[in-house]
Amino acid sequence: MSDTHSTAEKVAAGLGRRRRKEFVFRTLGMFATGVGILFLAVFFATLIGNGASAFKQTFMKLEVELSADIIAPGGELDLVYADFDGLTRAALRDKLPDASGRSQRREMYRLLSAGAGYQVRDFLKANPHTLGTTQTFWVPAASNVDMLMKGNIDATIDETLRPLSDRQIAWIRSLDEAGDLESRFNMALFTNGDSREPELAGIKGAMMGSLFMLLVTISLSFPIGVAAAIYLEEFAPKNRWSDLIEVNINNLAAVPSIVFGLLGLAVFINWMSLPRSAPLVGGLVLTLLTLPVIIIASRAAIKAVPPSIREAALGLGASQMQVVFHHVMPLAMPGMLTGTIIGMSRALGESAPLLMIGMVAFIVDVPTSFTDPASALPVQIYLWADSPERAFAERTSAAIIVLLAFLLLMNLAAVILRRRMERKW
Amino acid sequence: MSTSARLITLLVAGISALAFAGPSSAQSGRDYVYVVGSSTVYPFATVVAERFGRGSEFKTPKIESTGSGGGLKLFCDGVGVDFPDVANASRAIKASEVETCAAHGVTEIVEVKIGYDGIVLANALGAPAMKLSRADIFMALAKEIPGKGEGELIANPYTTWNEVNPELPAIRIEVLGPPPTSGTRDAFVELAMEGGCKTVGWVKALKSTNKNQFKAICHTIREDGAFIEAGENDNLIVQKLQANPDAFGIFGFSFLDQNMEKVKGSLIDGVAPTFDDIAAGDYPVSRPLFFYVKKAHVDVIPGLRGFLREFTSERAWGEEGYLSDRGLIPMPDKERLTIAANVRDLKPLMLAEQ
Repeated sequence: MSDTHSTAEKVAAGLGRRRRKEFVFRTLGMFATGVGILFLAVFFATLIGNGASAFKQTFMKLEVELSADIIAPGGELDLVYADFDGLTRAALRDKLPDASGRSQRREMYRLLSAGAGYQVRDFLKANPHTLGTTQTFWVPAASNVDMLMKGNIDATIDETLRPLSDRQIAWIRSLDEAGDLESRFNMALFTNGDSREPELAGIKGAMMGSLFMLLVTISLSFPIGVAAAIYLEEFAPKNRWSDLIEVNINNLAAVPSIVFGLLGLAVFINWMSLPRSAPLVGGLVLTLLTLPVIIIASRAAIKAVPPSIREAALGLGASQMQVVFHHVMPLAMPGMLTGTIIGMSRALGESAPLLMIGMVAFIVDVPTSFTDPASALPVQIYLWADSPERAFAERTSAAIIVLLAFLLLMNLAAVILRRRMERKW
Repeated sequence: MSTSARLITLLVAGISALAFAGPSSAQSGRDYVYVVGSSTVYPFATVVAERFGRGSEFKTPKIESTGSGGGLKLFCDGVGVDFPDVANASRAIKASEVETCAAHGVTEIVEVKIGYDGIVLANALGAPAMKLSRADIFMALAKEIPGKGEGELIANPYTTWNEVNPELPAIRIEVLGPPPTSGTRDAFVELAMEGGCKTVGWVKALKSTNKNQFKAICHTIREDGAFIEAGENDNLIVQKLQANPDAFGIFGFSFLDQNMEKVKGSLIDGVAPTFDDIAAGDYPVSRPLFFYVKKAHVDVIPGLRGFLREFTSERAWGEEGYLSDRGLIPMPDKERLTIAANVRDLKPLMLAEQ
């Protein structure tokens, strides 16, 4: 009796200390989680604070007379060499008649985007019968006008310190009061390729580049990765060689991504002479990068299938291959797909290996095939972050928001797939 | 067969389709101009490329920012559609690079000077304005400076600007600048540091007697924390200058031009880095920018001749051209005319001209 009594006493004596320890541990854990969430909140807040305004863009209303005298002086309209800027400039002159002299006019023309003339050209190309009529266009305003309207240019500081002169600001204010300036959704951000004019720059080219790359990556790395995982788990003999392979695969998963870029440069471009800057090569490099991730995840998924399933199938006379394809694979599929999606989202966010294979480049035309020159979303972010024009700062954040949205979607898909298809044993 | 097996068959079919479709279309030539090279010329070349692409029937040229050295290396690798047509450089091509080019069959290169770029030493707008001489810059940033006696070198002892020159404010020397791989760094070292270094008599004499030692003294930047390598992202340097009014940053004039309400350039040898003073050649730290064209590719690659014409047109590189809006300092009228004529005739570079 006295023995149990003393045990209970011992427990009671130490109880306070144990509870305190647990309390400290829990508080530490909560603190760590809190710090993580705080950083994430700050990150998202600055990103959205900087980038949200990029989804809006200031447009300018112009009544353009599609005068044949200016664009088709010989009677024939040459869409390549005609002076479409002359038309939009004339339209702006009509709106702001107080600009006199060459230098003042030059100042006025800077309010127009270089894209205004191209918009008129595209309209005329689609509607050739409108030549000679007057049409109303909403053209993008120059990025400095947009920055002023968004409050990113301080109009109160000294004239020499800001990119817009007093006269230009007065013009912008008068246009605004007349209702000729309007903030609209920035469609160009999603329908255009890269541009050096911020108001024309878009991420479509980069998105298509990323899409083509991921198509190449998934169609190569998924079958190869799954096949390798099945072989290593189900068929390969367990000996020194398979151990060596396993160690190497785990090692490869931790190799810095730039190394894969160097490998891609040496093998795919220099040796196989595939084209530089092409999504095909980018996809091949990203395949090398994601293969170890997929193999490791797939092996884990196959390992999680209980041996009783295999034994039952074998007992009923199924061959090894039938066991694998009819029983093990369907059960391991959710895990394999999750691993693949996580590998893909890693591939989507990579920019370092693409540097080596020439995908960090200024590419305006939206790629239409696997061998067209292309960039990728993270590369576009990198290039915009380094641009001197201030309007690119908000567009950089906007591009990051889009990239994060894609990553979120992919990871969400992985979670849903796992929830839906996973079986608990 | 289960669905997963069918899925795999489908994917394998996809790969084989890819494998056939990919390379075959890749080898069939190239219908766009391929440009590589300096990150300083990149902002100008891209504007020209975009205007050219939108305004002509040709595709928009592809421009890779690889740095001057990296670009010329790719450029010199050979003749053919796999190799670049144009290399941008923020310095003139070196004799060794011309030799490498020749060894790979690239014998006729056309050199095109496009204008000038100023390198500025800037600080935050609210911070005191600085009037520096190139000698001050050298004394503040060199790893070793000449001591009292002739031929004597001492480790740079200065920690504040007023120790270098009593007229300067008593703030700590802290300069953010580009890494050694950058052309801007090369030019800064050559123009500002070497210019200041030569004010010491015996060091100047070394240039003709012992060039290596001269370079070691004049071109080596201190590594004790007063000079901070800030990477190639100039926007980041501008942000850091705003946060720290005591710090200075080294970058190209186009970044100063775009950030006038945040930072200001220091006067060097009494001249402020303004558009007009750089254009007039009064500002001491300015350098020419170039691009190089492979003559063998002209009229073979569609659009290359047009791209050259656009780049050397008055509306691009002229006094009031769109490149001057981006911060490129135009050359004098006469020089532009001569170079444009050389480009039209594709007059190849002679080594002796350098």
